[in-house]
This record gives sequence, C-alpha cells and structure tokens, in this order.
Amino acid sequence: MDQYTVEKEKQQDPRQESIPSEWFEKVDRDQSNGESVIRPSLSYWQDAWIRLRKNKIAMGGLIFLILLGIMATIGPYLTPYSVGGITLANQNQPPSWDHWFGTDDLGRDVFTRTWYGARISLFVGIMAALIDFSIGVIYGGISGYKGGRTDNVMMRFVEVLYGLPYLLVVILLLVVLGPSLFTIILALTITGWVGMARIVRGQVLQLKNLEFVHASKSFGAKTSRIIKKNLLPNTMGPIIVQMTLTVPTAIFAEAFLSFLGLGIQSPFASWGTMANDALTTILSGHWWRLFFPAFFISATMFAFNVLGDGLQDALDPKLRR
Amino acid sequence: MLKYTIKRFLLMIMTIWIIATLTFVLMNAIPGSPFNEERTSNEAVQANLEAHFNLDQSPLVQYAGYLKSIATFDYGPSIKKPNDSVNDLLSRGFPISAELGIISVTVALLSGVVLGVIAALRHNGIIDYLAMTIAVLGISIPNFVLATLLIQQLSVNAGVLPVATWSSPMHMILPTIALATGPMAIIARLTRSSMLEVLTQDYIKMARAKGLSPMTIIVKHALKNALMPVVTIMGTILAGVLTGTFVIEKIFAIPGMGQYFVESINQRDYPVIMGTTVFYSAFLVVILFIVDITYGFLDPRVKIHKEEGN
Repeated sequence: MDQYTVEKEKQQDPRQESIPSEWFEKVDRDQSNGESVIRPSLSYWQDAWIRLRKNKIAMGGLIFLILLGIMATIGPYLTPYSVGGITLANQNQPPSWDHWFGTDDLGRDVFTRTWYGARISLFVGIMAALIDFSIGVIYGGISGYKGGRTDNVMMRFVEVLYGLPYLLVVILLLVVLGPSLFTIILALTITGWVGMARIVRGQVLQLKNLEFVHASKSFGAKTSRIIKKNLLPNTMGPIIVQMTLTVPTAIFAEAFLSFLGLGIQSPFASWGTMANDALTTILSGHWWRLFFPAFFISATMFAFNVLGDGLQDALDPKLRR
Repeated sequence: MLKYTIKRFLLMIMTIWIIATLTFVLMNAIPGSPFNEERTSNEAVQANLEAHFNLDQSPLVQYAGYLKSIATFDYGPSIKKPNDSVNDLLSRGFPISAELGIISVTVALLSGVVLGVIAALRHNGIIDYLAMTIAVLGISIPNFVLATLLIQQLSVNAGVLPVATWSSPMHMILPTIALATGPMAIIARLTRSSMLEVLTQDYIKMARAKGLSPMTIIVKHALKNALMPVVTIMGTILAGVLTGTFVIEKIFAIPGMGQYFVESINQRDYPVIMGTTVFYSAFLVVILFIVDITYGFLDPRVKIHKEEGN
C-alpha cells in the first residue's frame, strides 16, 4: 500500500525525479501505537501551574506574598514591643539593633507595626476578594444561566451599581458608619462584587450553550449539578484572575482611606495610617517612618499585580503550547 | 443609536437618583441628627440648616425638598464655616481641582499612549520590557506614596521644585506627575495590548503591501483602532483621577475642592460631605455617559453589540 502511493507520486510530480530513490530511508511505523498519546496527559490546573512556574516575575510575586504572609503571622511576635506600646523616651529612633525599622513619633516600634499593618492589608484584601467572589459568582451565575428577562433585570441593577463612583460611595459609608475594619470591608464589597458578577455572567452565557452542557442536560442532570460540575469549573480561570486583581485594589483602597483618616484608627496600625502619620517626616528627615509602610504597600500591590498577570497568561487555554 | 442614547440617558438619571437617595438615607441614618447643637458651631448655622433641610417637616417632605435642591444645584450651608455655603466652596475649589485633573488626564493620556505604542512596536524587546516594568510599577505605587516620595527627593533633598501649593507652572509639575503616573500606566498597558492585537490584523498587512509609510500605518490605521479600548476606560480613569485629587491636594496643600472635602470629612461637616459626594458622583456619571455616547459614534460596531442586550 505504502509502496504504491510513493510510486504513484513519483510519476505525477516531476520534482521527485531529481531525488534518487536511495536517499529515501524506510521508517518503521508501528501501526499499533499510532493512536497513543506521547505527551503526558495534564489536567488544566497542572498545565497552568507548569506555565506559571516558567514565569519568573509572577513566581517572584508569589514567593514575596508567601513570605509576607509568614511575616504577617509571626512578625509582631519577633519583637518585645506591642503595636500600640508608646515609649516616649524612644521617639523617632533610626533603625538599630533594638528597633530594626526604627520608631515613630510616639516611640512605637515600626517593625512590629509594619507586620501588623501587613495583617490588616492582607486581611482586607483577601476578605474583599472572597466576599466579591461569593456574591459575584452566585449573582452572575444565576443571571447568566437563567438568561432572558431575569438576566435583563439583574444586569440593569448591576449597570446602575457599576456607574456609581466606587471610592466616593465608600467614603460616604465610612463617614456615616464610622471607621472600623468591618465597615471598611463592608464598604469595599458593597459595590465591589459587581465586576465579578459581570465576568461570571459573561462566561456562563458563553458556556451554557456548548455541547457538553447539552449532553449533561440530556442525561438528566439537575440545574445545580450543571452549574457546579459543568459551568463553574470552566469559569474558574477568569474568576481567579479577577480575585488576584481585586486584592491590590482593596489594599490600595484601605491605604487610601486610612490616609484620609477614615481607615484603621490608632493605636492599631495599617500601612495607610502609618504613611499618613509619617507625612510630617518629609521635612524632619525621619525617612524610615515613611519608607517601610510605603515600600510594603507598593511591593505587595506589585506582587499581586504581576501574579495576576502571570495567572491570566497561565490560565488562558488559548496560550497553551 | 438614538434608542441607545435614550436608554443610557435614563440609566444616568437613575444612577444619579440612586446616589442622591443613598446619600439622603445615610444622612438620616446617623444616630440623632448630624445637625444637633453639639456638631454645629452656633445659633445662626443651626437656623440656616433647619431652614434649608426642613428639619421640622416629615421625612417625605424633607426628601422632596432635598431632591429639588439637588436638581437646582443648591447644596445648602456648611456646618463649620458659617459664612460659606457648599456652593461657595465648590465654586472656589472646583476650578482649581478641575485644572489639576484636566492637566493630569492630558499628561496621562499622551504619555500612556506613546509609551504603549512604542512598547507594542518593539514587542518583546528591551524597550517593551522597560516600558511595561514602568507601567506595572506605576500601577503598584499608590499616588500618595509617589507624591511624598517626589516631595522628599526633588523638593526637600534636591531643592529643584517647590514643595507645595498651586501658584505657578513650576508648582504644578510634582502634583501632576504624582496624579498622572497611575492612569498613565493603565493606559500604556491597555494601548500596548490592543495595539499588538490590531497590528496582526489583515488590513495592516494590506496597508504594508500597498507600500504606505510605517508612520502612516501606525498613526492612521493601527492607532485609530487601538485607541478604542482606551476610550472605554476613560470614565474609570477620570473617577480615579478625581478621587486622587483628594489626597494629592491634601499633600501639596492645593486649595481645591479635594482639600475642602478631606477637611470636611475630618471635621464631620455633613452638608459639605453630602453635597460634594452628590456633586462629584453626578459629575462622574455624566462624564461616563458622554464617554459611552462618544464611543458609540466612534465605533460603528458598538451599535450591533449593544443591541444584543448587554
């Protein structure tokens, strides 16, 4: 059979004439292995993880965040000082063996306060992302899956909320409710879930008409099973990316609000309050009071942003090679 | 197109109404009254407030009066400043804030687009990586951190530029940089990615094949289309710049609306907070409306997409 095709092509294609037949080498092709897949079978997540690992900047961000998480947990216990512990004798000490990051104008240890601030920032960021996730997935999922009139009404509401200027609403809420960790998270999530809902809805709308969902339906799967087993796992990529990018937004918002005096109140520390307190140090030259909170806000946001970008590339099946 | 414009217009009115109502509800939700004697400074102010907000009437009458005052741009007196109304503060502060905002947005737009285009043309080259590193850094460093850093380095240490206020073009440089860097970074990233996408399109190959000069192709054929996503996010960018003016004006002691707003937050001057929030929200919502409508006119494809029910 093979022999015959080669012969036939030789006759038809004049270019073949110039190549002597000795140059051809017969390759042994084992017919029985033709269907086997040589590339190891990888699940979506394994593949994404492999691709993420190749992205050095994103991995750097991930490692930084893990270290930050560890330090936020144990950091405040590494020193003998407490967050609000005022020692007026130690005002504005530069970094030294006793105070690794120096002290502020009330003699509080900046090292302790920085890691305490990391707790607040990470807590606010992660809580905001989780709440946005829960509300957004349920709302967007229902809206996209039901479609039609339900979808129309639900999306009108989202559009109105989307048009609200985010930080202004947050400021208004905090002024009325009074600043506390709880109200900050409430204020951030009250309009924050809208972005997630839009993404989930768009994804579900696309997926629900694909064949595998129809197949599942025709096997008699219940709606809850279709949503849980067919739709959600396939939207997880964009959802995770959105969550990673929500965290720096929330961290920025918390720092911004604390900077305006609406955030975490003294004696507790957040990076925003520390930066706000340190504003006066521009002229006095106590650089460490501004440097450490400012550095960690920026570095954390940077880490989340590059990790989000990396995940976006890693979780996009179109970029799979 | 007309149908879409009307739909968007109604949505805009509704959004402003929701903001106004939310503000009213929150104002009434404050325990006791925000306008009791403890908070106000004197008798005259108290009388002004009661007259303006109809405090002796039922909530419904108050609400009607409140909506009317918003529609007529009359935001009532300030608690802490007996001689000023919120309108006085707005007319004094808003032009300065608007100036800062417009300069910053212009700078951000121009530099962001240029940076994005250069990065896209040198895709995966050193300039691309450099530009994108600058962009991610710009997104990651909060404007108030950048502002203090700039003052510390350029004003206090080097003494090149003035520390604060808004009195001459030299004074405007630092606040503008501090405010424009974040939006610039966002615009640069967006321009780059949409430019990269546009450059692979067939009509660009066609233009090349016709022998048009690279400059013409980039500016006339590619950039025009690549800028569409940038137009879409202009609303968000403006909102960011606007809230950014609050902290920037605080740091640089610029006598704009942002500074009055921050001051009113710290002093719990409720009418000023409420008035400014409603004014700024309405302002932003109107801008968002204009951006959306412009977008519809610029991009003929929008008509079809929007009518599919989005």
